[in-house]
Amino acid sequence: MNAGLSGATVVDESMSRRPWFVRRAIGFGWRPVTWQAWVITAVAAVIVVFAAATARIAKAPAMIAVVAAVLALYSITAAALSRSVAPAEPSLTPPPPVDPVPRQPAVPSVRRPEPVSDATRAPALAVEHLTKRFGQRVAFEDVSFSVAAGEVFGFLGPNGAGKTTTVRTLGTLLTPSAGTATVVGLELTERNGQEIRQRISIMPESPGLYLRLSVRENLELFAGLFNVTNARTRIGEALDAVNMAARADDICANLSKGLRQRVGLARALLNDPDILFLDEPTSGLDPVATREVHDLIVGLRSRGVTVFLTTHRLEEAERLCDRVAILNTTLRMLGRPDELRAQLFSRSLVVITAAPLAEPGHTFDEVGGVQSWQLDDTGRYVLTVDDAKAVAPPLTRALVAAGADVQAVYETQHTLEDVYMELISDDVEARVR
Amino acid sequence: MSFSLGRVGAVFHKEFREFRRNRFILGTIVVLPLLFIIVPISDLFRHAAPALARVQVGTSLLLMLVAPVIMPATLAGYAVVGEREQGTLEPVLTTPVSRQELLLGKALAAFVPSVVVGYGLFTVVVIAVRIGADSTVVDAVWQAPNFLAQALFAPLLAAWSIWVGIAISTRASDVRVAQQLGTLASIPALGLVALMSFQVLQPSITLAIILASVLAVVDIAAWRIVARLFDRERLITGRQMR
Repeated sequence: MNAGLSGATVVDESMSRRPWFVRRAIGFGWRPVTWQAWVITAVAAVIVVFAAATARIAKAPAMIAVVAAVLALYSITAAALSRSVAPAEPSLTPPPPVDPVPRQPAVPSVRRPEPVSDATRAPALAVEHLTKRFGQRVAFEDVSFSVAAGEVFGFLGPNGAGKTTTVRTLGTLLTPSAGTATVVGLELTERNGQEIRQRISIMPESPGLYLRLSVRENLELFAGLFNVTNARTRIGEALDAVNMAARADDICANLSKGLRQRVGLARALLNDPDILFLDEPTSGLDPVATREVHDLIVGLRSRGVTVFLTTHRLEEAERLCDRVAILNTTLRMLGRPDELRAQLFSRSLVVITAAPLAEPGHTFDEVGGVQSWQLDDTGRYVLTVDDAKAVAPPLTRALVAAGADVQAVYETQHTLEDVYMELISDDVEARVR
Repeated sequence: MSFSLGRVGAVFHKEFREFRRNRFILGTIVVLPLLFIIVPISDLFRHAAPALARVQVGTSLLLMLVAPVIMPATLAGYAVVGEREQGTLEPVLTTPVSRQELLLGKALAAFVPSVVVGYGLFTVVVIAVRIGADSTVVDAVWQAPNFLAQALFAPLLAAWSIWVGIAISTRASDVRVAQQLGTLASIPALGLVALMSFQVLQPSITLAIILASVLAVVDIAAWRIVARLFDRERLITGRQMR
């Protein structure tokens, strides 16, 4: 996968998709260019012929008015769907100022880098006491957090915790029951919905491709819906980014689940979003494809794209995310993975000796900073301490002084999974509603 | 954000591609209208007294107007609820496309083949009549008002049927229910045909102008009304909006 994306290149944004009509170079009127324009022309011609024949046969001068009306409507339609093929005039306005670290496009060579301020710029997402209810059932409640621009933000939780509903709410698909949010600097309201959707992209868990259409045709639809300029180039780059360029003309019904997932990811990159919502992006992918998606997300982060990632794979969140939030209808914890571990778990030292200690309680109690100890099933001593680095040297000396043959003294690391399992104790989805 | 013809075009283009690759839909577009012209054609080629020929022709041509009403019902019924069942609606709703743009694109995709097939069948019938029917029937068919009525009412009735079908599709929970209920759109047209066939309503230029004007206004207003029926939240979650 082309995770090592090349730098942005400038593209003339005045070039648009192919016009349906073009103005005639000589004479008056418009010439149909595409098959759509020929259909419109044929329909208009049929109506004109009918009306003219009626005017002639039935001697009905009023039909001439119909002919004139059809011709006027055709001209207006052709003018609206036409564009001069002359090249655009060079811009005389100065380019915008660019900060030293501009955000680069998610897929390169289509957009100029946008000016980016430093860390004090507005967050990409700011959520305040957001709540969504469906009748009596609460999907999520009183959720507050913010996501900095360019951050990879993980959103974890069990099935039914409200993760997808939160994404749909922030993506303007659902109306919140209470609370407020700003997305890409715009208040989350129905009036701003279209603008917000233009600047974000959501990849749902199931990509929802049109199975009768090819990969390219699916992307052409979404390029059209986002009014992407230079759609063909953009589609090529998006397919390159997910390593699907060779399958561009394959019908989606013939693709495996994993390949459809990749096409969904390519589709999400088309509009070069400011925020990319990824709902289980590696679901159904093999390890190699999963690693490629991870590399792509890392590449997006380096280009300043904000990624909002919901996932069940805790190792994925730990590897990729700057911060994670754990949701179980309400927000349980929020912070960097190491912060969450430190908050939830005390430090631990593990001591391995060649033989069990004669008086372990006496030995450990004499060392300052040891809160408690226990012997696990494998014969290791697990000590809860205030500060592992500070306690380890005196502990080792105490063990040697007690005549122990010390084999190892090391600090244990709790994983994000430990944090998650500590916080999430119930099966939300199976709960009686 | 402003209304975008580009987005409408993208939806239209996609719908057309899907129709071309769906044999069921292609069959519906081609075969169903043929069923509606069998009776009118057989009537037109029967020998009839001159006094009855005009009535016979009028009824037959009116029946042909039912084809552009019935045919788009299948396409329109699938438009929204079908995409929801297929799982393709949510990704589309995450784009900037507005309800009006999405529905207009789908309506146009159903409208164009319906009108083209309707006009095509009418052309075939009138040419066939010209070649092989009685002179009284030919004279009765080849009248300017008949041509004008077909030219005017086929698209208006097709649009009516499409908007009714899409409206049902936005609220139905199942494609089959939506498509069957969509055929209800043909009831007003059938009712009018029946009233004219039984001489309750006398076809005239005045009546045609009134009906065409009413239909045109309804068709334009229907676009806005159906867009209001389009409830994003309900379509995505299957729940009624609070």
